[in-house]
Amino acid sequence: MKNGETAGSARHWFLAGMMGIFSLPATILMLSFVGFCAFTAQAGIPVEQVVFMVGAVWALPAKVILVSSILGGANILTAFIAVTLSSIRLMPMVAALVPEIRTERTPTWLLLFLSHFVAITAWVFAMERVQSVPRERRIVFFAGFGITLVLANMILVGVVYQFVTEFPPIVAGCLFFLTPVYFLTSIWSSARHPVIYVALAVGLVAGPVFYWIAPEFDILLAGVGGGTAAWLAERSWRQRKEARA
Amino acid sequence: MTILEGWWAYVFIAIAGWLATDIWRWLGVLTGNRLREDSEALNWVRAVATALVAAVIAKLILYPTGVLEQSPLWLRLGSVVAGATAFFAARQKPAIGIATAIGVLAVGLYALGF
Repeated sequence: MKNGETAGSARHWFLAGMMGIFSLPATILMLSFVGFCAFTAQAGIPVEQVVFMVGAVWALPAKVILVSSILGGANILTAFIAVTLSSIRLMPMVAALVPEIRTERTPTWLLLFLSHFVAITAWVFAMERVQSVPRERRIVFFAGFGITLVLANMILVGVVYQFVTEFPPIVAGCLFFLTPVYFLTSIWSSARHPVIYVALAVGLVAGPVFYWIAPEFDILLAGVGGGTAAWLAERSWRQRKEARA
Repeated sequence: MTILEGWWAYVFIAIAGWLATDIWRWLGVLTGNRLREDSEALNWVRAVATALVAAVIAKLILYPTGVLEQSPLWLRLGSVVAGATAFFAARQKPAIGIATAIGVLAVGLYALGF
């Protein structure tokens, strides 16, 4: 944005962010949340806990792992480790987003607060669209989108919960399936580094293998073991390519 | 299957869910642009994070809960393969891949009398 051009009011950009609720990524995410809602309803988790989870945890993979841990009877420490390991990727995501949306005057507490609204969908959406928003309005734009998306999904889950168990089996099954399929495509299409593709493939195989070997720690072992293997493989390919170049 | 009850459920979710995820968001803010995008450490973190989510995806497909528990494995895998094929054929458009996978699953479930 050049000096002298008007940036538009904060309210205008907050509303522009809110309108992001009608974008394709937001729509897919909401359908995935209906699917997640069906998953929790079928598992018997009370609706108040599910709504609380949506607002408090927000990231869908973390919630799926949390619910799986609860259902599997994991203790709070094991659940914490599994969830926190699945959420490490939030750190580089936030770290990459922050320099894009802040100005020199943005207070750190505001960034800490708004970081809660970062998850795959909000991140992909923000990184894509924020380029066309004047820098001094980016925080407001992201706040409008992020807060709206979380609140809308909390309401959605609360309302839909009582109906999902009465869905025809085909609908319930398809909604459940939306979550893994959505994650697969969104990870693949938002990947910016080759190591992501390798890690995705290795993780898909390592998950079931570790489930077979050590079901209590399968996700954790598949993540650390499979991820490290993927990283080593990708690094050695990269180094060999660089050596040849 | 275990279901948590009362206040303990909220403590459990707040610690093992909320705190477990927000720590990384806060660290992300504090690290900000000091984190080097091209560092090998960040590459490893990316790989571990992605493999973790991939393991969750595989578990959801291979060992689903609810209605899909009774569906045959070949149908679930076939839907994913069909979705992936459409996804790549359509220049990696997520909506095409997702719609194809879900469409194949729906037709399959219907044909099997679900």
